[in-house]
Amino acid sequence: MFVELNELLNASPERPEQGKLTLLRDTKTDGSFLVHHFLSFYLKAGCKVCFVALLQSFSHYNIIAQKLGVSLTAAKERGQLVFLEGLKSCFDVLFGEEQHVGQTNPLQFVSKDGSNLKTMYEFVRTSLMASGSDSWKCPVLLVDDLSVLLSLGVRPVDVLDFIHYCRVAVCSQLKGNIVVLVHSNDDSEDEENELVVNSLCHQSNLILWAEGLATGFCKDVHGQVNLVKAFSLLPLLS
Amino acid sequence: MRAEGPHLSRRPFPPVNREEAKMAALATGGATPSDGATSFQRKVPASSRLAAIAGTRPSVRHGQLLLSSGLPSLDCVLGGGLAVGTLLLIEEDKYSIYSNLLFKYFLAEGIVCGHNLFVASAKEDPADILKELPAPLFDDVHKNQVDEKETAIKSKQESQESMKIAWRYQNLPKIEVSPAASARFGHYYDVSKTVSPELLQSIKWHRFFLPEEMSLHPEIKTCNMICGYTRLLQSIQRIIYQEGFDGSYPQKKQKNILRIGIQSLGSVLWGDDICCADNPEDIYSLTKFLYVLRGLLRMSLSACIITVPAHLIQNKAIMERVTNLSDTVVGLESFIGSERETNPLYKDYQGLIHVHQIPRLNSLICDVSGTKDLAFRLKRKLFTIERLHLPPDLSDTVSRSSKQDLAESTKLLSSGCGAMAIGKKHLDF
Repeated sequence: MFVELNELLNASPERPEQGKLTLLRDTKTDGSFLVHHFLSFYLKAGCKVCFVALLQSFSHYNIIAQKLGVSLTAAKERGQLVFLEGLKSCFDVLFGEEQHVGQTNPLQFVSKDGSNLKTMYEFVRTSLMASGSDSWKCPVLLVDDLSVLLSLGVRPVDVLDFIHYCRVAVCSQLKGNIVVLVHSNDDSEDEENELVVNSLCHQSNLILWAEGLATGFCKDVHGQVNLVKAFSLLPLLS
Repeated sequence: MRAEGPHLSRRPFPPVNREEAKMAALATGGATPSDGATSFQRKVPASSRLAAIAGTRPSVRHGQLLLSSGLPSLDCVLGGGLAVGTLLLIEEDKYSIYSNLLFKYFLAEGIVCGHNLFVASAKEDPADILKELPAPLFDDVHKNQVDEKETAIKSKQESQESMKIAWRYQNLPKIEVSPAASARFGHYYDVSKTVSPELLQSIKWHRFFLPEEMSLHPEIKTCNMICGYTRLLQSIQRIIYQEGFDGSYPQKKQKNILRIGIQSLGSVLWGDDICCADNPEDIYSLTKFLYVLRGLLRMSLSACIITVPAHLIQNKAIMERVTNLSDTVVGLESFIGSERETNPLYKDYQGLIHVHQIPRLNSLICDVSGTKDLAFRLKRKLFTIERLHLPPDLSDTVSRSSKQDLAESTKLLSSGCGAMAIGKKHLDF
């Protein structure tokens, strides 16, 4: 959790906002530091977090979270964090033993022909559903790198459907938040990815855009972050 | 009887005698402050268990175990080496000469360190690839050098007089350059010779030759991937499990590393059409393969090198995704066939090397080397990566590329000298 970023966003772990979709977008640099920020932010805020980590292994996230002052293993044991390790689940789908009946792998779509993300959505919904014993604040869905889904053969429409379903379930029904990371590049030829990025920009309440420096590589400064807040008419109307 | 009681109760006083104190401490199992030494003990680093594997060393920055890529200058560029469980992707140069060399260096390093190898190819027989690996350059020459150095240091020590000015440095230990220790991580190879068959026999290696595999197991479930990729994944997975490279199962013997090398992945020979069509049928096969492979690597004691003919892949979107999915990406650009080959500016180098991506492991930032302008050169025996330097500008004028300009500049120079000479006449001192 970076204090400066919290000040800029006018946010603090004591009172996390609710019902927001935050888009993290990176261009020519690596935006994963924003993911780590939001992960530690929401864990400190006492939110129930479902982290769909498609890009890296659990130990990687855990070590960085420890540097930022949060222990993921402890959060997992408390039941605050539900961690989906994409690399492992994908491997299990392809090489693992036959699963028990009724237990479906969230990444089932890798082996099947139909590329829809229904199982993944079910996983998110069940893990964020408030059970009676929990006393966590609003639920949060975090996705590290939505672009990976496209690489795994999911159609862009299915990715957008997944996000839409999650918004309905998490943002409006459970009054929680969604944070999603995507890569984008202006001169990219990846049209599918651009489609996803543009539609998400249209939907999201807040965009954090990490960019590499336009002037080129620099040793000390890695890039700049642009903040784009969706303009809301509600405060004006009321 | 009564008088003895208080006498005994005074006994618990600590023994004053030094010798007695020592005995007491010994009896209780405590550390004794013996003459001169402190009770502080150097803590054995926790990573020593991991570092016991030959040819590896823990990274200073992220604590991950590092392997050498077989090319010390490349290790330096990649932040010390290749982390275990990661994937190095090499974008082939146009004629895949130098990428093949890097591929062979990686495997040869495995042979010298005694690692297990897994060689996969669709073009050449893996046995032939192994036969053509470069020979390590350290056996006799290096040992002699080490010996010479040691004797030099010893003779220096003996002849050294007591220091008068920098007397504080007198008691410092002499610089412990241990070439033997550093040589264990990363070796130099002689490209002109091939590795000896004895050395080849000493290691354990596995092969995957696509034409052969296709005939071996005709029935296989394909998982929505191109058949060759599925077979390769299954083969790698089988070996990782059987040989116990999987971290979750305890290895029976000494722990070892599996080095995986995959040649020209994505080329037509693998049955992939991304190199021939702009809109290939199976656009996701390569990216899916890489994702699953990365999952496999992360769970095992292995590292992988893949060469990809990036310039042949028509759809650039695929290459972007492939870059995002691999850990380290290095591109090679050779000068062969381009006009840079004859350009005197680049006469020292055979090509440029572009580091596209360096992994972020266990930290927010990655080890970026200070410079992005890197070139490689192939000398008679060695292949090295260096910082790109332009040659010194020897002529006076800006133009130095063509001979005519040079001739003209020399003319100018001589006339200038003449003018100077003429002018000298009018000078009076």
